[in-house]
Formats: sequence, C-alpha cells, structure tokens
Amino acid sequence: MTALAVNVMQFARLLRRAGMPLGPGKVALALEALQAIDIGRRADVFHALHTVFVERHAQSQLFRMAFDRFWRTNAGVAQTLSLEEAAKPELREAAKPAPRRIEDAFGTRRAAPQVIPDEIPEAVASWSAAETLRSKDFETMSAAELAEARRLVRTLRLPITDVSTRRFRPGPGPRIDMRATFRAMVRAGGVIELKRKRRVTRYPPLVVLCDISGSMEPYARMLLHFLHAVTNDRDRVHVFLFGTRLTNVTREMRQRDPDEAVTRVTRAVKDWSGGTRIGEVLGTFNRLWSRRVLGQGAVALLISDGLDRDGGAGLSQEMERLHRSCRRLIWLNPLLRYAAFEPKSAGIRAMLPHVDDFRPVHNLDSLVDLIAALSAPVLRKAA
Amino acid sequence: MLLPNTIDDTAELLRRGGYVPDRALATSLFLALKLKRPLFLEGEAGGGKTEVAKVLATMLARDLVRLQCYEGLDIASAVYEWNYPRQMMAIRLAEAAGRGQDAALGKDIYNIDYLIKRPLLRALEAHKSGPPVLLIDELDRTDEPFEAFLLEVLSDYQVTIPELGTLKAIDPPIVIITSNRTREVHDALKRRCLYHWIDYPSAERERAILKARVPEAGDKLNAQVVSFVQMLRGLELFKPPGLAETLDWAHALLALDARELDRETVEATLGVVLKYQDDIARVRGDVAARGVEQAQAAQ
Repeated sequence: MTALAVNVMQFARLLRRAGMPLGPGKVALALEALQAIDIGRRADVFHALHTVFVERHAQSQLFRMAFDRFWRTNAGVAQTLSLEEAAKPELREAAKPAPRRIEDAFGTRRAAPQVIPDEIPEAVASWSAAETLRSKDFETMSAAELAEARRLVRTLRLPITDVSTRRFRPGPGPRIDMRATFRAMVRAGGVIELKRKRRVTRYPPLVVLCDISGSMEPYARMLLHFLHAVTNDRDRVHVFLFGTRLTNVTREMRQRDPDEAVTRVTRAVKDWSGGTRIGEVLGTFNRLWSRRVLGQGAVALLISDGLDRDGGAGLSQEMERLHRSCRRLIWLNPLLRYAAFEPKSAGIRAMLPHVDDFRPVHNLDSLVDLIAALSAPVLRKAA
Repeated sequence: MLLPNTIDDTAELLRRGGYVPDRALATSLFLALKLKRPLFLEGEAGGGKTEVAKVLATMLARDLVRLQCYEGLDIASAVYEWNYPRQMMAIRLAEAAGRGQDAALGKDIYNIDYLIKRPLLRALEAHKSGPPVLLIDELDRTDEPFEAFLLEVLSDYQVTIPELGTLKAIDPPIVIITSNRTREVHDALKRRCLYHWIDYPSAERERAILKARVPEAGDKLNAQVVSFVQMLRGLELFKPPGLAETLDWAHALLALDARELDRETVEATLGVVLKYQDDIARVRGDVAARGVEQAQAAQ
C-alpha cells in the first residue's frame, strides 16, 4: 500500500472518530479522486477530499479543522487523538453512570430519591435575568418508566388531521388506476374491469420548539422523555430546545436508548435553566430553520410558559411569521398551576393572537397530563 | 466534445459558458465527471445550482434531460407511462380483425411503441451526442419513497419495467442533483454522490459573475450593486438575496437607465432583491441610505 493510501485511511478513521459516518467505499473513492488531481496543490487536495467525505454543509467546519491538523505535517497518530478531543468533545467517552435499567435488571437498585419536587416554589416560576450557562444532570429512567412512557406516547393523538399526499394506492375512490386496469384486462383476456385507486394520507411532519428555561425546569425531565418517545415513534419529527439560544437536538434525540439520548441532548444544550428570549429565539428559528423543517405541511408545537425576559420585544412579528410558515401552530402552556390564569405577561399577550390552538395546562405533573392535554379535542381558537 | 482533463480545464469550460466557478466547485465537478459519480449540489435558492447543469450540457454539447421534482412525483411521471389511448385503440383494431382473444395481444400492446418515456428513462437511453446531462432539480421537494427509488436508479443506471424487462444505460448519464435544503435528503443517497455546498459568492467573484452575465452594466454599477447586495447579506434578513437576485437587480437597474445607485432608485427597486415585506421594511430608509453611501464609496 502506498504512503498516500495509508494517510487517507488514517484521515478517514480520524473523521469517523470525530463523528462523520464514512463507509469503506468512501476511502476508495477518495483515493481515486486524489489520483485524478495534482496532489502537489494543497487546496485541490482539500476540495477533492471535501467533496468526497462531506455529506452535509454542517460537517464542513469539522472537516476543515481535521484537514488542517492532519495534513499540516505528514499524518501523525499523536495529533490524531488531540484533534479528536478538540473537534467533538461530546463524543469522548466520559465516565457515565450505568443506566438505571441495567441495575433494575439485576435487582440491585434501591428506591430512588424523587427528582421532581411535589410543590414548586413560586420563585422557580419566575425567570432569571442573567443568561446562565449550565449543564444539567437528569436522573436516568427506570425500565418501568420507559415502558410506561412508550405506551403513553402511542396513545398521543395530536389534534391534527392527516394530510393527503399526491401518492395513490389501490382502493375504492373516484380515480381509475389505468395501469392496474390494463394489466388485469390482459390477464383476463379482453374483459374490462375498472380498477380504482385512492389517495394515500399521511401524518404531517411535526416540529417541536420546547422551552427549557428556569421557569420550565420542573418539567424538563419529563419533557425530554416525551420528546424522545415522540421522535422515535414516528418519522419526520424535528426537536428544538431553547432558553436564550436555540439548539436543534433532533439527531441526538434519534438515539434509541433514552438515557443515551438525554445525555447527548444535555451535552448539546448550553443554556439549561437560564432565562428566556422567546422573540430572539423564534427569530433565529424563522431565519435559519423554518424553510428547512417546516415544508410539506408541518405542524409546529410550541411548549413554553411564555415568560419572556425581553418583555415580549419583537415577539409578535416572529410569532406571526412562524404561524404563517406552518400548517398549524399549537401552543402548550404549562405555566399555570393556579386556576385563575390570566394572560397578563407581555410575552403571552404577544403570542396568543398567533396560535391556532392554545392548550393551557393547569397541573402538569406527569406524562399522562401532558398527553391528555395534547390529545384533547380543540377547545377554542385563540382569540 | 471531450470531458475536461484537469480542474483548470473544468473551470475554463464553465467560464466560457458564462459561469464563474470557484476552485472548490471546479474540483467537485471535475471529479464527478472523472469518477462518474452524481454531483449533489446544495445551497440556498438562487445560488446558481441549476445553472451548473445547463452550462455543462451546452459546453459539452450534450442533451440536457431535466427532472423537476415535486411532492408526489411518481414513477409514472418520472420514468415511464403506458400510452393507454393507443393501447385501447390497438385492442379495438385487434378485435375488429377477429384477434380479440389472441394470446399474443398482451405482448403486442406492451410494446416499446406504446411506452411514454419520462426524463429518467430518456436519460438512460443512448443519445447521439453522447451520454446526456441528467439534472434532478430540487430533490428536496419530493418525498422519501421517491428518493429510495432514485437510489436504485443511480446505483445501477437501470430501470425495470415489469412488462418489458430491465433497461440499462450503456453509457451512464452525467448526473447533477440539486437541493434547496427545505428538507434533509437521506444520507444513503448522498453517500453515492460527491457533495458540494454552493455558498453566496465573495464580493470579488460576484463582480466577476456580474461582469460575465450583465456586461452592459459597466464597472461602476457592477461594483455598487455587489457592494449593496453584500451589505444586505450581512443583515440577518429572513431571506438574504441570492446570486439570481443580484443579476435580476442589475437587469432592472439597466432597464431604468440607472448608471449608478442612488437612494431613490434603490428604494423603488428593493422588491427585485428582497422578497419578504418584513425584510423590505427593515431595509427601506436608513439602512438603504447607508448602503448606497457605502456603495458609492466602495468603487
């Protein structure tokens, strides 16, 4: 094997460890590509390997870092390790606690301390003024909880109807399936029996924007498990978490193991339990993501108490834009543990006119309440 | 026309066709041609993705076969459809000739003469001028089932028609796939392709493109337009203007006989560059005035 081939293989291995999934075919293709160009020109080598190895725009920066480090001198294994750490710290194997389910399996587990306090002090329901950047440690899920969560999520019926697609399948309907009719006719020898087809209907994509600021803290653990179950239960679900900034955690949520998923999500999100800037966050979403995820008749689900640090600045326009970009906008508001809720906060007043479906939940203690609130028939259109 | 042999040749080929590529695009395209892989071009709308395929087809003197994707695109409109009225007629004629119950009839009406060829099938056929350029435009608009089907076509360059058998391309077409990223295209499909992200051009390249495309604008207007558009792209607008908007704007300004930017003309023509009312409202007034000043100072 040539030195070049060895280097390309090592480089691919490095990219793989940094989180880019590359099959062996890619290495062969990269070698072919390098044979086709003048490898004396560093920029051309960069572009050639880039076009072969990178599959998404988001990987571009990681690739650039890896390339600079790896090809600065000739490939070296010592560098490789340090790069890996620099490139994607969240992939390093941290000493993680054994998932609770494993302990459950061995029956060694003692009764766990309750994480969610029974009564939330009022102070928590306000929002902190400073952007606190901290990480979060969620207790892992027990086997029974996991099974229960899965079962509950299957009972979830969002108040949205299936959308009809432009695809057809055989079945009763007004349209005639010419292809099937002709095939049947040839088989039957000249007798024409009309075959029909009908439209395929399908669940629309779901985009969840979930508030994880300080005032939402009591619900965070439950919400994460809910979002994980929803993401893995159906296709075309996108999940964003926000406090003072917006994080797309869809890929992290797709991990099948809920503990692993929650661990990855908590590492990806930098603004747990801080303040909320709903207007700014929705603005970011509208600019960077709405065109990418709200296509094909998507339904948006906003989970937030509407307590906004910026006092609702710019919120109305961004909500209006969001409302216009999706098929249906549902707002689940778990603020209100007090029955006499009035939308007094500036944020709430700015948001209410722009939602199709407002679902206040006065007592959100469990997944059961959450799912019941979401599955209930449409009560009223928000004024 | 022979395929280019080096990256420089590829860049030159595009340039002669009026497309000003950067080195990265030239490299990707060269490798796609050389390694016979589909090229997956992704980027914001109006960046010149479709144009790559068009210019390539023209400059290589190949046919361009275009498949415009949309939601619900199916095999009947992407690959083939039987010509039912003609088949029906053939059956009637056969009946009139007393061959209505003939066992051979089934074979006769599923003849290639009754086949309506759609873009994918046409791209696999032999073309006089050599393998065509197959442009699969805005793939993100289709749904996953079509993507899965396409994966099969692109790996073997063949399609199967149950009544006729498998049709395989002798020479695979040059495939260019574009996506506006309104949805993530599945990794499995991307894995077959070479990938290139078309970004907004740098000011220098944008001036070169404008000069190649709208030479009558002249250096002064050219530099001012590019300066203003680049300023807009830094504003975090809902939809920043793409390259297509820059070209449209230059044409619009020429149509108004503007030789340089002034505030009044800019305000009157903002709708050519910005397509959302919020964005226009934000730019109109102070921002536009500052942009015009900057543009005038720039050249």
